[in-house]
Amino acid sequence: MAEQTAPPEIPAGVASRTPGPGPGKPDAAVVRDALGVGVAVGLSGFAFGVTSAGAGLTLLQTCVLSLLVFTGASQFALVGAIAAGGNPMAAAAGAFFLGVRNAFYGLRLSQLLALPRWLRPLAAHWVIDETTAVALAQPTRRQIRIGFTVTGLTLYVLWNLTTLLGALGAEALGDTDAWGLDAAGPAVFLALLAPMLRTATERAAAGLAVLLGLGLLPVLPAGVPVLVAALAAPAVLWFKGRSPGGGGGSPAGPGAGTTGATGTGGGTPGATGAGTHPATDAGSGTDDATGPGAHRTKGQDR
Amino acid sequence: MNVWIAIAATAVGCYLVKYAGLLVPAHALERPLVQRLAALLPVALLAALTAQQTFSTGQTLVLDARAAGLAAAALALVLRAPFLVVVGAAVAVTAGVRALGG
Repeated sequence: MAEQTAPPEIPAGVASRTPGPGPGKPDAAVVRDALGVGVAVGLSGFAFGVTSAGAGLTLLQTCVLSLLVFTGASQFALVGAIAAGGNPMAAAAGAFFLGVRNAFYGLRLSQLLALPRWLRPLAAHWVIDETTAVALAQPTRRQIRIGFTVTGLTLYVLWNLTTLLGALGAEALGDTDAWGLDAAGPAVFLALLAPMLRTATERAAAGLAVLLGLGLLPVLPAGVPVLVAALAAPAVLWFKGRSPGGGGGSPAGPGAGTTGATGTGGGTPGATGAGTHPATDAGSGTDDATGPGAHRTKGQDR
Repeated sequence: MNVWIAIAATAVGCYLVKYAGLLVPAHALERPLVQRLAALLPVALLAALTAQQTFSTGQTLVLDARAAGLAAAALALVLRAPFLVVVGAAVAVTAGVRALGG
């Protein structure tokens, strides 16, 4: 099907080449997007500082968390569990489980960024939701690197500064929930997620993940439901592979064709290998990986 | 002291999983299935996190002002508002609903 003929416009070359015909994107736009995410999310370190101080952690503990853990959801999970009176080690386990998702981001980023070996230990610290989302949304390797670096740097600096301010200002604010700061986290996640919901595949995975995450929340230890919810991704892919109509057209229907095409492009930069043997996996064409989706996306929002 | 141990464990664990992702050799990722999975996993994880942070407190499911805040964020996204506006709308609406006794 369409996918096999493959995306003429997006070939593996993307990485090295300049933007394609269509959506050319100046570096300045990448920087602007990256700064937007970095600043907005960086400012929400304030909410973390406040929450952590409110949970009874010292100023130093709060700041060390932001400096060394630097993955917001895990930090919130840790101080939340400690505030709830949980066993600190159980709290750490929950935070760790939440952090495991970053390994999957790293899988994808390592292809797209293609960093030299010596740089990886440093870059690893910045492998989080936001840097991944911004990086995946870029069309070329150069811009992927710019997006990752600018988002990472801005976010790291601001997140730590605002953590400090939040922890210092916690007392002054009083009841921080009254300020609605607890809604900042989910809003950030939603903004990162929205551009990825291009096709039926992504939407199905997201919907199933929500059901699993919420349904299991009351019965499994903190952090575990999110990991189980991650199984929505393989589940949806498996189901897609099975569904009549084959790996090809399936449910996505109209959307599938187009996205598939554009998709492959985005995904390709690092994925040259895959691109070269499309035949190996007929069913796969479908996929319209997320990366690409995001790529398309980018232009539209933010 | 216990808290410090928990912080250290979290910091080390979270760093190692980040690094591990970057270290997986490229050939392990050539299979299209693996690639599609790696692309789809963040979608599932972000969706689950968003839902949990909006509709739960600890291990209890709740429907409170955060839901209104998230709805505002969603609306802002549909209207293609910039990132800061999206987050700001969520915070402001949540605070507003709470102020009204929601």
